[in-house]
Amino acid sequence: MNGIRLFSCHLPRKHNILQIARRFTGTLVLAEHTNDKLSPITLNAVNAASRFGEISVLVAGSNINNIAEQVAKVEQVKRVFIADHEKLKHQLPEYVAKTVETLQKQCEFDYIVAGASTYGRDVVPRVAAQFDSAPVTDIIAIHNGDTFTRPIYAGNALCKVKTNAPIKFLTFRATAFKPAKESGGSGRIEKAPETDFSFSGVEFLSQELLKSERPDLRNAKVVVSGGRGVGSADNFKIIYELADKLKAAVGASRAAVDAGYVSNELQVGQTGKVVAPELYIAIGISGAIQHTAGMKDSKVIVAINKDPDAPIFEIADIGLIADLHKAIPELIKTL
Amino acid sequence: MGRAVLSITKTMRALVAVKRVIDYAIKIRVKPDKTGVIKENVQHSMNPFDEIALEEAVRLKEKQIVKEVVAVSLGPSKSQETLRTALAKGADRAIHVEVEEATAEKIEPLLAAKILRRIAEAEKPDLIFLGKQAIDDDCGQTAQLLASLLNWPQAMYASVIEQESDKTFIVTREIDGGRESIRIKIPAVISADLRLNEPRYATLPNIMKAKNKPLEKKKPSDYGIEITQQTQILEVTEPPARKSGGFVKDIPSLVVKLKEVGVV
Repeated sequence: MNGIRLFSCHLPRKHNILQIARRFTGTLVLAEHTNDKLSPITLNAVNAASRFGEISVLVAGSNINNIAEQVAKVEQVKRVFIADHEKLKHQLPEYVAKTVETLQKQCEFDYIVAGASTYGRDVVPRVAAQFDSAPVTDIIAIHNGDTFTRPIYAGNALCKVKTNAPIKFLTFRATAFKPAKESGGSGRIEKAPETDFSFSGVEFLSQELLKSERPDLRNAKVVVSGGRGVGSADNFKIIYELADKLKAAVGASRAAVDAGYVSNELQVGQTGKVVAPELYIAIGISGAIQHTAGMKDSKVIVAINKDPDAPIFEIADIGLIADLHKAIPELIKTL
Repeated sequence: MGRAVLSITKTMRALVAVKRVIDYAIKIRVKPDKTGVIKENVQHSMNPFDEIALEEAVRLKEKQIVKEVVAVSLGPSKSQETLRTALAKGADRAIHVEVEEATAEKIEPLLAAKILRRIAEAEKPDLIFLGKQAIDDDCGQTAQLLASLLNWPQAMYASVIEQESDKTFIVTREIDGGRESIRIKIPAVISADLRLNEPRYATLPNIMKAKNKPLEKKKPSDYGIEITQQTQILEVTEPPARKSGGFVKDIPSLVVKLKEVGVV
């Protein structure tokens, strides 16, 4: 803990009348990380949160000084609270939520926010309930401090909401906000207050993460996705080949996942990942709303399908009616 | 893992929260006055994730791990149809917390969680199953809020649920980038991911039988809950439409187009 200051948030207001005038206002961003790496979605959340004034970031985990140092350099970040505890090692929502609660009781942030990832969705509502605040999740646009737009019905409608929640608990869709710069900031690193972790209802057992040489699906500039039309797990090889040629991430429709062609980590759609790359190439994908909800904000959409009536062509910028088994190898060769 | 020999205690009770929503296959239409989407004369059904949650509870009953499955729905009178479906699929009894149609529109996840907490306190379930999100509001909050209010463990986005002992379950969760396995102690809140199971269809004899199963009617006030709303809907609009950009005839012209756009 060398070089890290002790927790310095003031005592709750009722204990110190002098602080009534200026409580510690601002936003707490919950940093997401995989032990040694800060997840990019945190940067999107920091940028979104920068509209609400001073930004503090909580880094919860075990042996995470390096993450805290990384976060401290992110532009706009003023304070980094580091909660380092064995119980936080796997960042189970029950324990992270308790850490956030303890911090909130002392610091009284106006906003507590995170990216709309599994992590953010797990933790943000769990903390919000303790402060009787209704969260607003998966925000894609900020109008002002309490008015936001979020998609409903799988992105088939946009809902503008105004929240009167005493504390604003928000999650932001990563693809809707640019990431904050990873340099230029000089946040002060402080120790978060001690938390009571006596809760014992949950225990981490194991984690299995998909390892890939390819760019991460959610942050890739180009995504090549295959659907049911690809035909088999074996045929998916040409999707990977094309992706490699374009330095793209590989995605899939739910139909392709359900048929067992690829694992569900690759699923793009309402129940999978939401992506918005520069270029999205949909191959053998019909374009059901479940899928388009996850990719229709891509800059350029290319669809290759042998069915001229496939709904994917209604949203594609460039369509090609062709048998993908002939077209894709030819495309790989031409590129 | 020591899961082979279990002395089964046939005493657990499961509560399943189900929501009536516009059927997933319907293309919704936004009301011209931008107050919401058109729901009149539109096919509704049980939220798909709730069907999965219910199926899992019923399977645990069939494995004699759970003794009783109680289905709960919060909504207008038509939610009873959803509860009858739940009973036909294997729930033992149902609780309908009825609110006016107009009020139902205002119910946000936090309020639903508060009512479910009161029901949980009265019914004392060991497991509460919910879908990971409703496909209408897409909030994905109720299960987490409920677990927090009860101070119970939460196993969200479950894709595999296995009993380990009479007090613990091992749950595999679908997380970003892969899977995670956790051990939870009952009582616990579990939310169902799409891959947890394949829900069954209700057979005609079971639909008939469901008509005689108990369905209790309640009001939020029976649980001491007042309808309040922190999130006000200002307007609902159509997303900006994407236009089809037309077709190219072959691969070489596709590549030309891609180069024009500058993405390749």
